[in-house]
Amino acid sequence: MTASHKDNGFNTLPNKAMTKTNPVIIVIEDDPPIRRFLRTGLSTQGFIVFEAETGKQGIIETGVRKPDLVILDLGLPDIDGVEVIKAIREWSAIPILILSARSGEQHKIDALDAGADDYLTKPFGFGELLARIRVALRHANRSLDFMQSDVFVTANLTVDLQNRRVSIDDQDIHLTPIQYRLLAILVKNAGKVLTHQQILKEVWGPSYQENAHYLRIYMSQLRQKLEVDPTQPKFLLTESGVGYRLKI
Amino acid sequence: MSDDRPDPDQLLARVERDNANAKRGRLKIFFGAAAGVGKSYAMLLAARERRAENIDVVVGLIETHGRKETQALLKGLEVLPSRQINYKGTMLHEFDIDAALKRRPMIMLVDELAHTNAPSSRHPKRWQDIHELLDAGIDVYTALNVQHLESLNDDIGQISGIRVWETVPDTVFEDADEIELVDLPPDELLLRLKEGKVYLPQQAQQAIHNFFRKGNLIALRELALRQTANRVDAQMLTYREDHAIRDVWQVNERILVCIGVNPLAERLVRAGKRLAVSLRAKWLVVYVETPQLQRLPAEKRDGVLRILRLAEQLGAETVTLSAPDMGEAIIEFCSERNINKLVVGKPSRRGWKRWLLGSVVDELITHAHNVNIYLLGSRKDSDSAEINLFRKSPLPGLRQRSARKKGYYSGYGWAVLITLFSVLIAHFMVGSLELANVVMIFLLGVVFIATRFGRGPSVLASVLGVGIFDFLFVPPFYSFSVAGSQYLITLLTMLVVGIVISNLMINVRSQAKVASHRERRAAVLYAMSKELSLSQTEEDIVRTAVRHLHSEFSSRNVILFPDSNGRVLYPKQKSIPESLHGADLSVAQWVFDHNEMAGQGTNTLSGNEAIYFPICNEDKVLGVLALLPVNLRRVFLPEQQKLLETFLRQIGQAVARIRLAEQAKMTQMQVETECLRNSLLSAISHDLRTPLATIIGSASTLLEGEGRLQTQDKLDLSLVIIDEAERMSNLINNILDMARLDAGVVELNKQWHPVEEIIGTVLTRLQKHLLDRTVKVKLPAGIPMIFVDAVMIEQVLINLLENAIRYTPEGSDLEITVDMTETAVEIKVADHGAGIPKGREDSLFEKFYQARHEAAQSGVGLGLAICRAIIEAHGGKIYAQNRLGGGAEFTFILPIDQSPPIMELEE
Repeated sequence: MTASHKDNGFNTLPNKAMTKTNPVIIVIEDDPPIRRFLRTGLSTQGFIVFEAETGKQGIIETGVRKPDLVILDLGLPDIDGVEVIKAIREWSAIPILILSARSGEQHKIDALDAGADDYLTKPFGFGELLARIRVALRHANRSLDFMQSDVFVTANLTVDLQNRRVSIDDQDIHLTPIQYRLLAILVKNAGKVLTHQQILKEVWGPSYQENAHYLRIYMSQLRQKLEVDPTQPKFLLTESGVGYRLKI
Repeated sequence: MSDDRPDPDQLLARVERDNANAKRGRLKIFFGAAAGVGKSYAMLLAARERRAENIDVVVGLIETHGRKETQALLKGLEVLPSRQINYKGTMLHEFDIDAALKRRPMIMLVDELAHTNAPSSRHPKRWQDIHELLDAGIDVYTALNVQHLESLNDDIGQISGIRVWETVPDTVFEDADEIELVDLPPDELLLRLKEGKVYLPQQAQQAIHNFFRKGNLIALRELALRQTANRVDAQMLTYREDHAIRDVWQVNERILVCIGVNPLAERLVRAGKRLAVSLRAKWLVVYVETPQLQRLPAEKRDGVLRILRLAEQLGAETVTLSAPDMGEAIIEFCSERNINKLVVGKPSRRGWKRWLLGSVVDELITHAHNVNIYLLGSRKDSDSAEINLFRKSPLPGLRQRSARKKGYYSGYGWAVLITLFSVLIAHFMVGSLELANVVMIFLLGVVFIATRFGRGPSVLASVLGVGIFDFLFVPPFYSFSVAGSQYLITLLTMLVVGIVISNLMINVRSQAKVASHRERRAAVLYAMSKELSLSQTEEDIVRTAVRHLHSEFSSRNVILFPDSNGRVLYPKQKSIPESLHGADLSVAQWVFDHNEMAGQGTNTLSGNEAIYFPICNEDKVLGVLALLPVNLRRVFLPEQQKLLETFLRQIGQAVARIRLAEQAKMTQMQVETECLRNSLLSAISHDLRTPLATIIGSASTLLEGEGRLQTQDKLDLSLVIIDEAERMSNLINNILDMARLDAGVVELNKQWHPVEEIIGTVLTRLQKHLLDRTVKVKLPAGIPMIFVDAVMIEQVLINLLENAIRYTPEGSDLEITVDMTETAVEIKVADHGAGIPKGREDSLFEKFYQARHEAAQSGVGLGLAICRAIIEAHGGKIYAQNRLGGGAEFTFILPIDQSPPIMELEE
C-alpha cells in the first residue's frame, strides 16, 4: 500500500525543529527523475542532500560525508543494493532506508536482515517517505542514549526496561518471560521493522529460526494483553510477510 | 491386364521402395556354394578397393581362420573390437552392434550372415544385427553359403545328408541390394581342402569331410548358381516393370498355403515359398483352427505356431482363422483376398473314411472356383510318421477324457449297469414282446449311454447288450450260437448308433465349450473397452489396462510412455498390485523406436523375461507394454494372441483419444486466452489512458499557468495528479498480480497464522480508505491458527473490502465474520450496499467484470478474479450472494487439511 495524500506530511514536519544542524542524507539511486524529486523535496524540508548514481560511489560518499541517513535503491547498475547495505554496516550503524520497485516479501526480508532500517516500495508518496525518515532519525538519535535506563512511552503504553515493568494507563500488565522479551526487543527497535528471523534469533535463539508460528502465537498473546482490539492493533503492527514493527 | 500403363498402386509401391532404399543402407552379399570358396577374401578385397576410394570402411567382424592371405588383406583396415561374452566358461567373440552403431561408418563388413549369436545378445541371429545396421543407414558387406538359405535347407539336407541349423530367411537374401557370386570349381576347392587351406572346426572334421564330396559340391554349386540366376532374373523383371515394358506385365498372383497340425505343414510352407518365388507372387499361409483343433494338446499347437513363424521368416503373410468348418473358411478367405492359387496337402483320410466323412481337399475342389489347387504329396517315410502322429495325436476329446479319468472309468461301470438293467426289463417283457422290440430296449440303453458317457462305454454297452441278448433271449437259449447271422446286423446297428450319437454329443459339448470361451473373451474385451471408454486420464487407462491384462493373461504388466524427448520412462504414478516392476527400459526403448515386439518368445532380445509390445494407434507408436507372463503359451496361442492384439489396439485407441481430447482442450484454452488477452488489452489501455490524461493535463496546467494560478487551484491540481497516479498504481499492481497468478509462478508460502493477525494487518493497511466506516469483526475466541499464505489471504480480504468500499454508500458499516468447523474455515465480508445484480453472482469473479460499467471508478475488474485465483490455489472456494437484509456478502472457505503444530507455550 502506498501512502495516500490524506496524511501526507507536507505541512506537519516543522522545518527546523529536528536538530540544530540540518541532517545530511545521501541518496543512492540510478534513476535521474527520482533523484531530482528527492533532491527538490528533501531540500525544501531542510535536509542537505548528496547524490550517488552507483552502489560503489554511494559507499564512498557515505564514508566521506558521514551522513545522518542513507536512502538506497536496491536495483543499482553496478552492485546489488543488499551488498551496499552490508558494506556500510561493516563500519556504520547509520539508518538506511530502502526505496525499491521490488515488492516481493523476500526482497524486503533480505534487505532488512542485511541491516536496513526500513523499506518503502515504489511508488510511494512523499509524505510517507518523510514520516519514515523522521522515525529512522529519531530512532537513531535515541539509541545513542537509549540504554537500559530509558523508559519507553507510546500512547497509553509504558515500558520500563530497567525495572521490567509494563503498564497500560498506569495499570501494570503481567507478562510471561518470553512475552516480555518479545516486547523488549520491539521497544529497543521501536519504529523499525524487525523480520521474523531477527526476532526469533533474539528471543528464542538461533535454533528456532524455522518456527515463525511460535512468534505469531506470542505476538497474538501480547496483543490480547496490550491492545484494545487485537484485530485493529494500534502499536503492535504486522509487516505482512516480513515481520513486526512497534509503532511510535 | 490389357492396359499398358503401370498400375498406380504399383507405382506407389515403387516410390515407397525407392524412398526406403534411399534411407536404408545397402546390403551386399558375397554368396558362395560352400566354405572355402573365398568369400571373406573377396569381401576384404572389395573393402580395400572402397578404402582406396577414400570411403569410410570398417571391419565389424571377420573370420580369417588364421589364413595368411586373408589376414594380409586386413592390414590398413579399421577393425571394430569384438564383444567378449563368457558363456558357460567359454569366451565367445561376438559382433558388437552397439559399438558399430556408434562408430557409424559408410560401409561395414560383417562376416557369416547365418551366424547365431550368443544367448545374451540383443538379437538371436546375426542377420537381425545387420538389419539394424541397414536401418541405421550403414552399408553392409556380408558373406553367405547357399546351404544356409532357409528355403533350400531342406533340399540340401537331402542332398548332403547334413542338416544345418543356422539358417537365414530368404527375404534377407532377396532384399539384398547386390549379390556377388564367389565361384570356385569343385576340383579346385577339393585341392584347396587337401592343401589345408579350408578351415574346418576340429570336432566336425569327419562330418564335414562327408560333406565335401565332389557330388555334393557340384550340387551345391548348381544351387548357388541357380539362386543367383533367379535373382538376376527377378531384378530384370523389376527393371522392366519399373520401366513399363509391357510384355512381361503379369497378373497379380496370390498364393495361399493351407497348413494343418501335421508334419506336412513345414514342407507345404517351403513348397509354397518356392512356388511364390517362381511365380513372383505374394503368398500367404493360413491355419484354420476348428473347435476340434482347439482341443489339441498345447504342444501340438505350439508346433503350428513354429511353422507360422517359419512362414513369416520366409516372407509369407500368416493368418490364423478360427471357424467351425475348415473348407468353408478357406474358400471364403480366398475370395476375400483374391487368392488364385491354393497349396494344400494330400487328404489324410483315405479309403472308405474319406468317402464317408469327406475331406477338406475334396470340399475345396468342389467349391473353390477360379482357384488352382496344388496338391502336395507326402513322402513315404513321413507318411508313416504322419499316421503315427495321428495315432498318437488325440482324436477329439482325448484330453478331456484323460483329464477326467474318474468319469472315464465310471462311464464303463454305468454301461455295464444300464445293460444289466435293460436285461432285467427285457426279461419281464420277453413274453409279451417280439424279439425285435426286445432289441429296442437294449438300443435305448446304448443311446442313453452314448449321450452321457461317450463312445467307449457305448461300444461296450452295444457288445454286451448284443451278447446277452443272444445268450438269454435268442434260441437256442444260454448259448452264443446264433440261428443266423442276422444278429450281427443288430450288433452293427447298435454299434453305429452308439458311435454316431456319442460323436455328436462330443461335438456339441466341445462347441458349447468353445462358444463359452469365445463368449468369455468377448465379455472380457467388452468390459475393458467399456472401462477404457470411461477413462478420463492416461493414468486411468493404464490402470484399467494393467488390471484387465492381468486378469486375462495372469501377467504382471506395465505401460511405459515416452517423455518429450522420446525416451521411454517408468511411470511416476503409484503402482497397483498387478504392476510389473523392473521392466528393462532399454528393451522398451528399442520396441518404441522400432515398432516391433521384443523380449521372451520373440526374435529380439529374447533373453529378457518379459515381453514388450508397442502400443500403436494408426501406425504411430504411443507407448510400450511390458508384460511378464506366467506362462508363455497363454500369450502366444493364436486366439490369445489375437485377444492381446485387440487389447493393445483398444489401449492405443484409448490413449490416442485422451491425447486428442487434451489437445482439443489446449486449443480451446489457447483460444480463450487469446480472447482474454484482447479484452485485457482493451480494458487496460482504457484504464491506463484515462488517469494518464488527467495527470498530463493537470501537470501541464500547473506548468503553463505558473504565476497566474491561485494557491488553492495549484493544490487541487496536485491532489488530482496524486489521486490518478495512485489509481494507475493500483491497477498495475492488480495486473501484475493476475499475470503472476495466471503464469503459475506464484508459489504459496503457507505457514501457520492466527486469523486475527491477518485481519489486523488488513484493517491497518486499509485505515486510510476506511475513513469513517466501522468494520465489525466477529471472531470466535480460541480459534486455532490456519495454514495459509498470509500475504495472499490478506490480498483477498483487501480486495473484498475495497470492493465493498467502492460499491457501498460512504459511512455504511462493513462486517467480517469468521467461522470454523473441523474441516474448514469460513470467512465472510458483508456490506450494506445495493447488493449484487441478480444472476451475476458467479460472473463477478470473471476477469474484467465490473458491476457497473459506466462507473468512472474502475479497477479493470481484476480484484475478484485475483481473489478467486488465490482461494482456488489454496484449495478453497469463493462465492457471492445477497444478504437477506440487503447488501452483498462474499464468502470464502479454506479447507483445513492438517492440524496446527503442537507447541509448548508458557500459558
